Amino acid sequence: MARTVDDLQPGESGIVKKHRVHGSLGKHLREMGLINGTAIKLERRAPLGYPVEIRIQGFSLALRKEEAQAIELQ
Amino acid sequence: MAKLKFLLAGNPNVGKSTLFNHLTGMKQHVGNWPGKTVERKSGSFKFDGNEIEVIDLPGNYSLTPYSVEEIVSRDAIIHEPNDAVINIIDAENIQRNLYLTLQIMETGANTVLCVNMLNYAEDVGFEIDLKKLEKTLGIPVVVVDAREADGIDELIKRTIETTKKPTDNSKDLSYGIELDDQIEEVKKLFPNLKMGSAPDSWVAVKLLEADDEALDLAEASPDKENLRKLTEIRKQLETEFDDKIDDVFIDARYAEIDNIMKKCVKKPSGENETLTDKIDKVVTNRFIGIPIFLFIIFFVFFITFKIGAPYQDFIDYLFGLLGDWLLGFFGEGLISSLLVKGVIGGVGSVLTFVPIIFILFFLLSLIEDCGYLARAAFVIDRLMYKFMGLSGKAFIPLILGIGCNVTGVMATRTLANESDRISTILALPFISCSARIPIYALFTSVFFADPIQQSVVTFGLYIVGMIVSVIVAKVLKCTVFKDDSAPFIMELPPYRIPTLKSSLLHMWERGSLFIKKAGTIILGVCVLVWILSNLPPGVEEASINSVLGMFGSIIAPIFAPLGFGFWQAAVAFVTGLLAKETVVSTFGTLFGVGESGLEAVLPVLFTPLSALSFMMFCLLSGPCAAHFGTVKQETNSWKWTILSWGMCFIIGYVVALIIYQGGLLILGPNSPYV
Repeated sequence: MARTVDDLQPGESGIVKKHRVHGSLGKHLREMGLINGTAIKLERRAPLGYPVEIRIQGFSLALRKEEAQAIELQ
Repeated sequence: MAKLKFLLAGNPNVGKSTLFNHLTGMKQHVGNWPGKTVERKSGSFKFDGNEIEVIDLPGNYSLTPYSVEEIVSRDAIIHEPNDAVINIIDAENIQRNLYLTLQIMETGANTVLCVNMLNYAEDVGFEIDLKKLEKTLGIPVVVVDAREADGIDELIKRTIETTKKPTDNSKDLSYGIELDDQIEEVKKLFPNLKMGSAPDSWVAVKLLEADDEALDLAEASPDKENLRKLTEIRKQLETEFDDKIDDVFIDARYAEIDNIMKKCVKKPSGENETLTDKIDKVVTNRFIGIPIFLFIIFFVFFITFKIGAPYQDFIDYLFGLLGDWLLGFFGEGLISSLLVKGVIGGVGSVLTFVPIIFILFFLLSLIEDCGYLARAAFVIDRLMYKFMGLSGKAFIPLILGIGCNVTGVMATRTLANESDRISTILALPFISCSARIPIYALFTSVFFADPIQQSVVTFGLYIVGMIVSVIVAKVLKCTVFKDDSAPFIMELPPYRIPTLKSSLLHMWERGSLFIKKAGTIILGVCVLVWILSNLPPGVEEASINSVLGMFGSIIAPIFAPLGFGFWQAAVAFVTGLLAKETVVSTFGTLFGVGESGLEAVLPVLFTPLSALSFMMFCLLSGPCAAHFGTVKQETNSWKWTILSWGMCFIIGYVVALIIYQGGLLILGPNSPYV
């Protein structure tokens, strides 16, 4: 199993290898800068575990579980 | 005087609205884009002898059309004639913001880059070489401080300058050698293809990206047979890059942005903990995040009604005075009846909500502008998604519905996702609004003597309403909107101190819409009901012989299975469609006893069981005409409006039927409640 964003601990960073978020949402994420080779940091989790807050290209984004698990790290 | 038209584009949270408000002030018009449910704001102002119209495009991250907002923005830029596109960006977020900038430049639009919040960026350590940026991009770069209204004159001056000799920098953009070559190739394949004002290279990129609109046009063009060659080129590129072609273009744009960043921007080195981080540590904390969220919601609610209620009473009082004065002026008669009972009774009761609506939207706008609303959605998203299939953002409108369903529907504007928005709007009418309280108060006091019983019944009504609302949302999300997975990706913007001006404008925008509606739709319906209750001429007002009474008699049998198949209840239902508060006053009028005499009259017609059924029906069968008027306005669709009303009626009917018939079965005919 590849390591994904969901495996990161809050405060931990990684480099995006590729992501398997499908359809237009995947493209949307890519256009927001979630491209291969980008640094990504898991800032924190919501009180109920999800969504998670990630930081890419200098801004924060909230993602649900499925998306967090679909982003593979190097 | 020259007439100019500027489009204002940018990512969400970059200060677009603030800039727009400064430019246009109160001279703005809010409506929907023709045929779309996306808000269209436009306004005009004069500058140096020019009459300038500004159109605020929906905030979005790209021009790739996968949401209505993006289609609207893209269409406006390439199909709507404009003199310049002002692209406002957040300096702290420059890397991502430049993506949209490049896309706008690709369309060949005459673009001006407006850098906002530079001071924030510099505070965290960004160094942006603006001269170099201007040279690299080849378009004017202007710094503004939208909050303080600094640099706006300069921005407009330079934008007007560019209209004298518009620049099209699309030719200078490069996607790397391989892609550039193929774009040239595609251009040659479809020399006659035109999309609005966009340059050939843009059309070629869209063709390569297999953009639907571009492909349809190619299909209809004389070079149709070249589509096969286009597919070949696309396949070849995909093999070469080992990636999907649109991803290749996205990577190419980011590679270009990387180059620009290297040349012009020095990013901050270390990661210092910002104020936003510190606040987020508290408000999204595992243990206190949700309590804080609940407290803030409660606080908004509390302030709204605490401050709003006296004004509400005051407006009510003013309308009372006005009514008395009219009665004195015209004397008892048809005209005073029309004005007092028809107009003031209907429109007046709705207008008493104005202070509440204004305060509420002011507070909500503050919460949104400072950045907390996004955190609130972040904190509550999982619960909302699990139970209702909705995103966390839908919580606020639903909670607001308890105050007034109309405000709830209006607050759905904060939901970006169309299917979330419609589901929330359709789930809202089952949330018991404050206008239904008088009905519960009257019926529980008459039929349930025990105070505990009264509270249980009232509380039960609220709970049933919420359960129905949850079920409706969930069912819609699993059926009608099944394919629309309503993903939750939401930017959490840095906290900023909100400006009073923007909150006030926001409040005015929403509030004035409400007043306008009360003045049109509701006024019309009120007058109509009054007329019907006074026709044919000479009839006793709202008696069984009036048209309204006759209509009531006709539809009354429909309600017989629910336990209240008499004409007075039917008429009360009809007038309740105007405003739920009028149900009680209608009974008063119909029995000619006034509201105080009802306690004696109602037990003749209702039993405790049928009273319960009636209350349930009033709760679930939809709030009022103002509500559905708002639904029409916000969805821009008769289909959803009619569906919403139909759903309310059917669900209300079925639940009331189950209560009444079920009650009969369980309690038996000899029960004192039946």
